Amino acid sequence: MIKAGTSLVAADTPAPAAPLPRRRGIELSLIVVAVLLSVYGYCAVGLARQGTVPPGAAGYGAGLGVLALVAHLAVRLRAPSADPLLLPIGVLLNGLGLVLIYRLDLETPGDRAAPTQLVWSTLGVALFIVVVLLLRDHRVLQRYAYVCVVAALALLTLPILFPSVNGARIWIRIAGFSIQPGEFAKVLLAVFFAAYLAANRSALAYTGRRVLGVERLQLPTGRVLGPIVAIWLISVGVLVLERDLGTSLLFFGLFVVLLYVATGRTGWIAVGLLLAAVGAVAVGMLEPHVHGRVEDWRHPFASIEAGEGPNQLSQSLFAFAAGGTFGTGLGLGHSILIGFAAKSDFILATAGEELGLAGLSAVFLLYGLLVERGYRTGLALRDPFGRLLAVGLASIVALQVFVIAGGVTGLIPLTGMAMPFLAQGGSSVVTNWAIVALLIRLSDRARSRLGVPRGEESAAPEAGRHEPAGAVR
Amino acid sequence: MTRHIRHAAFFCALLLAALLVNAARVQVVEAPAYGDNIANRRTTIARYGQPRGDILVDGTPVTGSKDTSEHLRYERTYANGPMYAPVTGYASQVYGTTLLEHTEDGVLAGTDPLLSPFPLWGAATRSRYPGGDVVTTLRRAAQEAAYEGLAGRKGAVAAIEPSTGRVLALVSAPSYDPSVLSGNGSAVARSWSTLNRDPDKPMLNRAVRKTYPPGSTFKVVTAAAALDAGVVEDLDVRTRTPDPYTLPGTRTKLTNASDGCKDVPLRKAFEWSCNTVFAKLGVEVGVKRMAATAGAFGFNDPDLKIPYSVARSTFDTRVDRAQLALSSIGQYNTRATPLQMAMVAAAVANGGQVRSPYLVERTVRAGGGTVAAAGSRPMRQAMRPSTAAQLRDLMVDVVREGTGTNAWIPGATVGGKTGTAQHGLGNSGTPYAWFVSWAQGDHDVEPKVAVAVVVEDADADRGEISGGGDAAPIARAVMEAVLKSSPEQRR
Repeated sequence: MIKAGTSLVAADTPAPAAPLPRRRGIELSLIVVAVLLSVYGYCAVGLARQGTVPPGAAGYGAGLGVLALVAHLAVRLRAPSADPLLLPIGVLLNGLGLVLIYRLDLETPGDRAAPTQLVWSTLGVALFIVVVLLLRDHRVLQRYAYVCVVAALALLTLPILFPSVNGARIWIRIAGFSIQPGEFAKVLLAVFFAAYLAANRSALAYTGRRVLGVERLQLPTGRVLGPIVAIWLISVGVLVLERDLGTSLLFFGLFVVLLYVATGRTGWIAVGLLLAAVGAVAVGMLEPHVHGRVEDWRHPFASIEAGEGPNQLSQSLFAFAAGGTFGTGLGLGHSILIGFAAKSDFILATAGEELGLAGLSAVFLLYGLLVERGYRTGLALRDPFGRLLAVGLASIVALQVFVIAGGVTGLIPLTGMAMPFLAQGGSSVVTNWAIVALLIRLSDRARSRLGVPRGEESAAPEAGRHEPAGAVR
Repeated sequence: MTRHIRHAAFFCALLLAALLVNAARVQVVEAPAYGDNIANRRTTIARYGQPRGDILVDGTPVTGSKDTSEHLRYERTYANGPMYAPVTGYASQVYGTTLLEHTEDGVLAGTDPLLSPFPLWGAATRSRYPGGDVVTTLRRAAQEAAYEGLAGRKGAVAAIEPSTGRVLALVSAPSYDPSVLSGNGSAVARSWSTLNRDPDKPMLNRAVRKTYPPGSTFKVVTAAAALDAGVVEDLDVRTRTPDPYTLPGTRTKLTNASDGCKDVPLRKAFEWSCNTVFAKLGVEVGVKRMAATAGAFGFNDPDLKIPYSVARSTFDTRVDRAQLALSSIGQYNTRATPLQMAMVAAAVANGGQVRSPYLVERTVRAGGGTVAAAGSRPMRQAMRPSTAAQLRDLMVDVVREGTGTNAWIPGATVGGKTGTAQHGLGNSGTPYAWFVSWAQGDHDVEPKVAVAVVVEDADADRGEISGGGDAAPIARAVMEAVLKSSPEQRR
């Protein structure tokens, strides 16, 4: 499916020596491995707990297999050159998440989350297929940048109207389903950031006032500073109004990363970090909720020493510690002691206890690989919007994994956030499938050697200000 | 832009590395410390994940384990809980363990490395094995006799085999059923607070953890000291004791419960329990030698373990002569556990030798192999054998024709001593009734049992409490039970 136009690009940038192999067969075999691994985990739980293979093993395997296969067919049909690792990683993480949730369901017979999670996963894969089938060119999204940001803000503010759940206003309940609109907002904001920065990066990179006459130290003008301050205010607003430290951190981190990638100006990082520090210190002092999290992080066992029993973080640390190097084996740990949110925010503790450091490292490396594929896509693409979008989506995954995994393992203060694909939570799973779908779309474009020809690029809004890739400083 | 994407990617790689390093820190470096944290319930879950070993009396378990299918799976059960509670203690999922359940916990819970076929390997791996059993020295018939004898009255009974130190019966009343504390539900918490608020203190092990003024039963010790020290050389020579006896250095006059104590010989003084004579003898022996003899019997020893610790019985050594006089008749600061007084009786029965008492005959693996056996116990000479023989005579007289006739057993030689101990502010409390004794069947080559009984019945009228009336029948029942159930019959 090599289209005309390849030559146009070849003249502009050094083209790959040969067309990249499509590797759909490899993707298929990896998907089979991912499905088999998930079914194996499912059986292992049953064997450890009841001594028999769970009756639903075949059905579960078939269901996951069919979902993965349909997704694979969609990729084969509409994104034949896409990166062959993205989909199998998604399938494996999603399958592992279902196994872990099923395993924790055994401890809470009255509250079964795996069936719901399976429904959401199906919806997620359906959305994946829809995106892969319908979105033929990612640059279409650029046109909807402002629609995206308005929608994102609407989604973010929606839960404020609903009652808070467990101290955070991030859920809305409709017909028995809990939805976390903030999850969807992530993708929409990534699209907006990518589009905004792709359009304004020259202005952001080159305008500004000198401070003390030093060339390198330039403060941006108010006109371009405005949106950044606005984003910062939104992040803090989310934090204060919804008490959702994780999402606020994610948004801000995402924006700083994209700003840096777009402009290459470390000054922005400094400004960003300064703003983040001011925000964090202010909120940490004013919000008892946040302050408590920081205290828990510094002294995870303080509540034990005070005779009040272990808090969630210490229970989580105990779970990881109990896993040791090779883990207790699926179904044989006691991570349910964490109690509330064991299946969502703290799902990683179950992986850590039952799969050990070995399994946990494998999970981290899977995420690392997913992020790496995203960045590689960003590097291979030639249109700034696509590059920023790929980097942004990959960074969402990276930051999210770091914030929550670092939180539950005591590396950084704990902030509530879903472990991508693993954690119980419908909105999160659907969003992550959307991210993988967009990455598939982007990587198909990147690897099919089409790139974005310069002619097309100038047709894009505000494309006149664009610099060729790599020319920025 | 490419360069900056690479920078950002490098930043993400740093985050990944931080996560991996931190995971290794938590799961490998800090793991042992986290695993040992008291708030980490995993050890508890593993502990209750297997049936607990049993405590055996006469070859039959008096404990059990119940599968609750809950998070903490196996719960302790007790057959005849209240009767054996002073021996077993409780094994609670919430409140820990006490007594044998505590000291033998390693074997019962399966953590003792000796349970492993390769103990060094077991110690290194800290593994868990099927719980082993604890075989006690108790004799069911004696325990039942003591428990039924007290019949819920406040008090305690301790019986030991004089020649070995085996504890044959250990009863405390009122008692409680330890199985109400086994689980972890709210009912357990309620039971716990009810038991702790109970003014009768049912969880107090009176046989070994409470000290009483031993009263006249302590005269056995004073007599031994006087005979050993040569203060008295002939049991039938008059002691030249006035009645009443004025405590040295004071104007306080000490009297007797009965008449005829004036200037009696030791034999009569012992039989009639004359306070004046023994107070005077104690002063004449002197604090140093009194303390030495008391110490040889086991007084002032804070480290006695059977294997759980026994409260320290005391004989005060920093006393003036008046206080020494009172101490010598088991008053002032002289205090003894029932077990200690059983040891006193056993020493007399055993030719003056005190055998350190013990409760655990041996511990065995779930498969039956012996883990550890009691072996020979330390021994101490409390008095000369000749003194012991004289005291045996005195104690036999008490049962034959003195205050302890209620303890007489046909077909056996029984020696005893009654006691009625004053206590409380100005001796206002209901006195404690004591009886210490030993018994030897006519066909036995040596005394088979020594026993101490204390009854502290606050409901009774002050005048009616007496060692001979309240405590001696219980002692007799226990001694009879032991004499009847020879070891041959048991096996």
